[in-house]
Parts: sequence; C-alpha cells; structure tokens
Amino acid sequence: MTVSATPSPHLDHANRALAILPGKGGITGRLSDSFWRNPKLLLILFLTPPVLWLGIIYLGSLFALLAQSFFSIDEFSGLVKYELTLKTYGELFRPANLDIIIRTASMAACVTLAAAIVAFPIGYFAARYARGKWKALFYIGVMLPLWSSYLVKVYAWKLILAKEGILTWIFAKLHLTWLLDAWLAIPVIGGYSLSVSYTGTFLVFLYVWLPFMVLPVQAALERVPASYIEASGDLGAKPSQTFRHILFPLALPGIVAGSIFTFSLTLGDYIIPQIIGSSRLFIGQAVYAQQGTAGNIPLAAAFTVVPIVIMGIYLWGAKRMGAFDAL
Amino acid sequence: MPPAVLLSKVSRHFGAVRAVDGVDLTIKEGEFFAMLGPSGSGKTTCLRLIAGFEQPTHGHIEIFGTPMDGVPPYRRNVNTVFQDYALFPHMNIIDNVAYGLMIRGIGKTDRLRAANNALEMVALPDYGTRRPSQLSGGQRQRVALARALVNKPKVLLLDEPLGALDLKLREQMQEELKVLQRKLGITFIFVTHDQGEALSMADRVAVFSDGKIMQIGTPQDIYQRPQTRFVADFVGSSNVLPPEFVKSLTGTAGWASLRPEAISLGTGETHIATVTGSSYLGGCTRVGLALGGLRLNALIPAGQPVPENGSAVGIGWKPEELHVMEDTQ
Repeated sequence: MTVSATPSPHLDHANRALAILPGKGGITGRLSDSFWRNPKLLLILFLTPPVLWLGIIYLGSLFALLAQSFFSIDEFSGLVKYELTLKTYGELFRPANLDIIIRTASMAACVTLAAAIVAFPIGYFAARYARGKWKALFYIGVMLPLWSSYLVKVYAWKLILAKEGILTWIFAKLHLTWLLDAWLAIPVIGGYSLSVSYTGTFLVFLYVWLPFMVLPVQAALERVPASYIEASGDLGAKPSQTFRHILFPLALPGIVAGSIFTFSLTLGDYIIPQIIGSSRLFIGQAVYAQQGTAGNIPLAAAFTVVPIVIMGIYLWGAKRMGAFDAL
Repeated sequence: MPPAVLLSKVSRHFGAVRAVDGVDLTIKEGEFFAMLGPSGSGKTTCLRLIAGFEQPTHGHIEIFGTPMDGVPPYRRNVNTVFQDYALFPHMNIIDNVAYGLMIRGIGKTDRLRAANNALEMVALPDYGTRRPSQLSGGQRQRVALARALVNKPKVLLLDEPLGALDLKLREQMQEELKVLQRKLGITFIFVTHDQGEALSMADRVAVFSDGKIMQIGTPQDIYQRPQTRFVADFVGSSNVLPPEFVKSLTGTAGWASLRPEAISLGTGETHIATVTGSSYLGGCTRVGLALGGLRLNALIPAGQPVPENGSAVGIGWKPEELHVMEDTQ
C-alpha cells in the first residue's frame, strides 16, 4: 500500500464528512451553533426579562416609594410637600409610632425564635431519618398548610382560639381551665380570650410561617454528613456537645435563612394582627392605614423602611457572628 | 493481659441482611491489623461496631477486657479516621485537631500546644489557621489522623483512609502510617479493599466475605497458604485449580491455588498451554493461558520474551508452589 504525501481534495472532503456530523440545519441549528460559540449571548437573552422585571418594575417602584419617605405632609392642607426632609422619619419616633415598631419587632423576634425551636427537630428528623415515603410525607405535611388559603387558615384559628372554641373546651376537659385563665391573666400577653390576646397573634404567626423555617433548616441539616456527627461522638462529645459545636453551627445558615422569612413576613403582615389579637397596630397595619385612609404616603413609606433597616442590622449582626461561615 | 479488641460471635443484621455474621476476632495490643474484603463484605460494619456507631445484634465486644455492651462511642477510648475524613468545615485545622481535647475540657493553651505537636507529627506544622476546604486530599487525611491521635487513643480505627488518594501519595502514606504505628505503639485496625495495602502494612490480616471472616493470618499466610478459593482469588488473583486436576498431579483431590508468578514458561516444561492474551504491566507482563479447559494467568518478569498470542508454550511450576486448600465446598 502506498501513501501519498498530499491527500487528494476528494479524500479531504470525505474525511471532513467523517469528522463533522451533519448539522440539523435551518434557523434553530444555526442558532444553537452561535449560542455555543458565544455563551454570553444566551446568558444575556435569559437574564434580560427577569432583570427588567426585578430591577425596574419591582425594585424601581420600591425605591419610588422609599423616596417618598424623604418628603413630608403639610398638616393643614394634607398635601405632600416635595421638599427633601427628615421630618417624617422624626415622626416615627413619636411614642405612638415607636410603640408600633417595638410591638412588631418583638412579635417578629418571638415568632422567629419559636419557629426555630419547633422547626429544628422536625428538620432534623426529616434530614437524618426520613427516607422514601416518610420523606414525601414530611414534605406534604410541611407544605400542605401553604397550599390552602391564608385567610381560611387565619379565620379557622380565630374559631380555635375563641372563648367558645376548641382550645378552651380541651383545657376544660383536662381540668386545666385554671391554667388557661392564669395565662390570660398575665398582663400584655393575656386578655379576655386567646383570640384577642398577643398570645393568639403569636400562635397564628407561628403556625402560618413555620414552613418557611422548617424547609431551610431541613435543607441545611441535609447537607451535614452523618460522619460529622459520628466523628464528633468518636472524639468524645456527648450528643448535647455535638449539637452545640457541630450541628447547630452547621445548621445556622439554614436557621438564618428561615428567620429572614419568618422575621420579615411577621414584620410586614397586616391581616393576622387585624383578625386575631388586641386591636393595637402592627407596622403592616400602620402602613396600610397611612397610605390609605390617612393619605400620608411619606409616613407610610417611612414605616416601610423600618423592616428593611431591621433586617439589614440583623443580617449584618448574623454575618459578624459567623452565621455564614459554614456556607 | 487482655487483648486490645475481642469480638465473640458478633453479628449485625440490617433487616434480612446479615452485614456481620458470627465474627470471632482477637486483636492484640500494639498490632497493626487489617480487615480486607470486597465492598459489602462487612469489614466496615465490623469497624463501626468496635467504634460504637453500631450495636451488635448478637454477640459481644470487649476492648481491653471491658465489655462494650451499651457503651456509646463518646465513652470508648478508641478514635476513628473516617473514609471521608469528616473534618468539620466551620472550624480551622487547629480547632479540628484540638476538638477532642476541647470536649474533654483541656485549657486553650494546653490543647493548642498538643494540637500543634500533632500537626507537626503529620508534617503539617504551619497549616493550623487554614480551613479544611483549602487543603488537598492527602493533607486532609493527615489532619484526620492528627485529630484522632491527639487524644492518645488505645486503639485507632482507620476506615479506608487512603482510598481517595492517588497511587503515589497512597504508597507514601502507607509507609508513613507504618512508621507512625511502630513509633506510637498504638493498636491500629485498618479497613481496606486493596489487598496490596493490607499485605504491605499489616502484621495480621482478616479476609472478609459475606459478613464472615474467611481467614486470619500474617500476610505471608494469607498470600502463600490461602485456605479457601475466595481468599486465593481475592488476595493476589491466584489461579484456582479444580480437585480433579489437582488429583491428577498430586494424588489428593482438593481445590488448590497456584500463584501467577510461580508459573514459568519455557520449552523444557511439562504442560503445553495455548496463549490467549497478554497485558503489559510495566514491571512484568501478565499472560493468559489455556490448559485443556483451564484458564490460568502467569506473570513474566520484564526482560523475558513474551510468547505470541495463539502460540503453544510449555508451562510448569515447582511442586511446592501448588498449595492444596482446606476448602471443601
């Protein structure tokens, strides 16, 4: 067999046909090829609509609202004065408004703490032990409350917590009415019945936002290999020490993620405190009232800034305490 | 003097699966002991039973003469080097190594000094402030070793500690582990599926299959005098010869093992075999042979001529190389 030094053009063509598979052709084929050569083109194409949506429509309108907080309202005419001023922010510190802020922030903190305490064992069980159909059952159990109407759940709770409701009945049957009465007799958190007390508001917030804590905590614990827990025990740590030094720090990013949800959702909600609890205002209700009936858009905007600032401080503190070190 | 670790009739069942099935084992103090077997043979479960991560379904375990029934891992004076190293990602290296001492309530300066000494021992003195994610696999392996040894355990358990390392590093670590074990005099129990690793490192080897121990002995025992077909095949890929063939050679019927390197090729040999293939292994060449209905492997040292595929060659071996096994199945 002889080998020619220069392959014939015909042979070269045949080799090309061997090396490059026939393309799909048409406009989609050419598009695929050019996307492959310019990956950024595809990225820009995918990112433009969501960036426009989030950047302009969502964030843009948010900033437009926040800008309003630097204006003030003319007390005589009730019209907005378009002059930059911090006067509206000063109004936030009036005792009545400060009360609203402290009330809402304390409620959000209590709900978040309780949600973390309740969610941890649930998330731990799901991450560590639940397999197959038990895992499916866990997800359904946690998500099911999210699928039904928020208002239905809140009104259902109104009935459960009412003076004539099932909780009072259960306490009576267990001969524990005295306990319920003692609890309701406590100032601030008590009241005439659970449905008109802060305790009631707290329970409903906890119930409604719990899934938002369980899921990130479970996801964080899912990422902790069993060998870490075994290694800690192997090195002499009792289960309580393993929890403190290994499990909790590694779950902390999940707890912080969950607390961002429970905290900010509680800060912004205006339906639950209106239906269940004492008639005192929360931030969400204040925003609703100021921008609606009162027509004081600058003050409503200033109230809106409060949760953003609180969350900012919270995340900054969490980062400083090393909550995201395990990420 | 009680043995370092004693397992008597230990079983661990997971539902219908008998991961460990009636294991009897005595490991002496200061011994470098290897548990060898394919995956799923029960060797890792056996190690986890000693560490206390699993409780035996039947039987019982003693460590230095003390029964371990119901004793949790954190109260056993043994430490484990995990297969995935299990270094805590949210702590730096020094805190990882000092973890066991911190748990025991040893003061900060003392435990950091001990941890630094341990890191020096594994040749990573200046790595204390780094995170586990900033270290290579070999370095993490050393940190895991330091973290276990800093507690001065009576028994060190190693679960495939070299499995994730590349060949060169693995050979180096094998050497270092051996030196370290001799120096410290701690009992090492080492789980591996690599027969070369077990043979080169251990004082004694237990070969596992299907939750049972097939054979316990020195590396020489296991390699040269396998008692079962499984051991002959798994440790060093020996040729297993059937009873009829063995009877025609020796007069006694029984399964026998014949090491590939014991077969010599040449014109003056007694049997004529056909070459079915060959693979070049660097230091030697493995030649596949067909002798009647038998398939054999032979190893030819580098430098000797390799017969061509399909050709007939004379093969033979010294009579003492043919080892008749006790296997009667």
